[in-house]
Amino acid sequence: MSSRSGAFPVRAAGWPRFAHRPSARAGLVLGGIILLIALGGPFVAPHPFDAIVGPAFQAPDSHFPLGTDFLGRDVLSRVLYGGRTVVGLAGAATLLAYLIGVSIGLLAGFSRSLLDPLLMRAMDVLLAFPPVLFLLVLATGAGPSPVALVLGVATVNVPNIARIVRSATLDVSVRGYVEAAVARGEPTAVLLAREILPNIANTLLADCGIRFTGSILLVAAVNFLGLGLQPPTADWALMISENRDGLTIQPWALAAPALMIALLTICVNLVADGVARSLGRSLDSESAVR
Amino acid sequence: MATITLERPRAARRYPFVEYVARRVGAGLLTLLVVSMLIFAGVQVLPGDAASAVLGRNATPSALAELRHQMHLDRPAPERYLSWLGGLLHGDLGQSATAQQPVLDLISGRAANSGILALITLILLVPLSLLFGVLAATRAGRWLDHLISTSSLAVIALPEFVIGTVLILIFAVNLKLVPPVSLVLPGESPLSQPNILVLPVATLLGASLAQAIRMVRAGMLEALRSDYVQMARLNGFDERQVVLRYALRNALAPTVQVIALDVQWLIGGIIVTEYVFGYPGLGQGLAQAVSARDIPLVQSVALLLAAVFIAINIVADLLVVFLIPKLRTAQ
Repeated sequence: MSSRSGAFPVRAAGWPRFAHRPSARAGLVLGGIILLIALGGPFVAPHPFDAIVGPAFQAPDSHFPLGTDFLGRDVLSRVLYGGRTVVGLAGAATLLAYLIGVSIGLLAGFSRSLLDPLLMRAMDVLLAFPPVLFLLVLATGAGPSPVALVLGVATVNVPNIARIVRSATLDVSVRGYVEAAVARGEPTAVLLAREILPNIANTLLADCGIRFTGSILLVAAVNFLGLGLQPPTADWALMISENRDGLTIQPWALAAPALMIALLTICVNLVADGVARSLGRSLDSESAVR
Repeated sequence: MATITLERPRAARRYPFVEYVARRVGAGLLTLLVVSMLIFAGVQVLPGDAASAVLGRNATPSALAELRHQMHLDRPAPERYLSWLGGLLHGDLGQSATAQQPVLDLISGRAANSGILALITLILLVPLSLLFGVLAATRAGRWLDHLISTSSLAVIALPEFVIGTVLILIFAVNLKLVPPVSLVLPGESPLSQPNILVLPVATLLGASLAQAIRMVRAGMLEALRSDYVQMARLNGFDERQVVLRYALRNALAPTVQVIALDVQWLIGGIIVTEYVFGYPGLGQGLAQAVSARDIPLVQSVALLLAAVFIAINIVADLLVVFLIPKLRTAQ
């Protein structure tokens, strides 16, 4: 049990144990390629993402390897452009969620005052909200906007992060080295940054993969519903939604972005699983992705 | 004085379960109240109220003022919140801003459709997750376990609209076995044409089943490693009996929580899945209401779904306490 809390650095054993899992290795390589396409795609796209280059729903040919979409835009170019928003928005939301969640968790876990139950009850209320529902309520109030989407997805992720950080902080803060630092009279900010944060880093690392997958899923769902990014933006989720009428005539307009999202989330999840296992944890014990 | 201090703990100990239920339901109602405030505030974070959303950008100020008065938007927010809440307690969900109809009339048929979808999914989910979870756990480390574990890990990560789209491409477009959309005429029951339910249910199952299988597997593995299972084996019971009578029973409590989590997830999944298939349920109605910024409709449906979400949580907690006798007496 005590080995779970990460009192000793397991980093030395981390990489070999991670690399030992074939699924984790495959996820890392393939996921890296998808990320490269998502971020670098716009530089190699043959056409601008919003240029109408031919008739609508044209089947793949030598000019347009993936055919054209409902307005006659090149599907390949839009696929190359459309990953940036998926990765960017989900990444921003995850990062923001960690900034807020870690702060709340540290405060609640370390304060030993009324602040702890107060913050944690607030987190409980947020957890009583189905995530997609929360985002839809926000979209009603704020209108479809990427900023509201990032803020919303971050908010949905905060309670789980805060809970994990709080319990890890409680674990660590009774250790000798922390008490020694308290006795030395170190200010709280230094204590949290130097003594506590490095010692809960593994806990955070084991958990951040599923948060990122969860963020991708939520961002994609809201964009698919048409309540996030607006046309003519090229976005994998939005592309699936706007090309649904061409299902029978030009299935590639849907299949290509669907395949990209699927590969991205599967790879991130495989890597997250590998990281968690190499740190001696299992994703199955967490309350999972969604 | 002594009698009072003696009596209190005894009374509490006599009905610890009832007390627990009361406490849990009370906390749930309190949470719902806070959630209702969040929803009320959330649907109007930005200026630009329901009236301007209905009339659009070119509305004249006098028309706006007229509609605002009609919708009682000229009253202060706390007053509007209280009248909304009071109406809810009397079963009045308010008036839709875009359809000029009571919200209740708009959503009752849709709620039934969503209920059918969720119920069928759940009926299939429970036995299938137990079957595959137990299969994987009893064959831990062998090829069947690897197959089940890895494929479920992959499927968990898929957004439900991607699962739905892929299923449509394969089974509706290529094989032409089922229709690609699940349209139901108003007043008709989706059960009268079961083939339209196949793909939506499969989509919902895809994501929720994978999750449930992994959790059941983890719970079973833990139970199979325990002392009492070891003891049962040493006593010479055959493996089948050990798995079903000893391990599975003890793995059931965490499984109930998993299924509750899954049902909660279904509420989100159903919104997207209904939209994918054009299925006229509560979720699709909500998505449309959000696009139209029909604030009264959104806030009532959202609160309704949040109430279901919280209720499921409570029921699951009570079931777990019921399944683990130890918890019934503990504080």
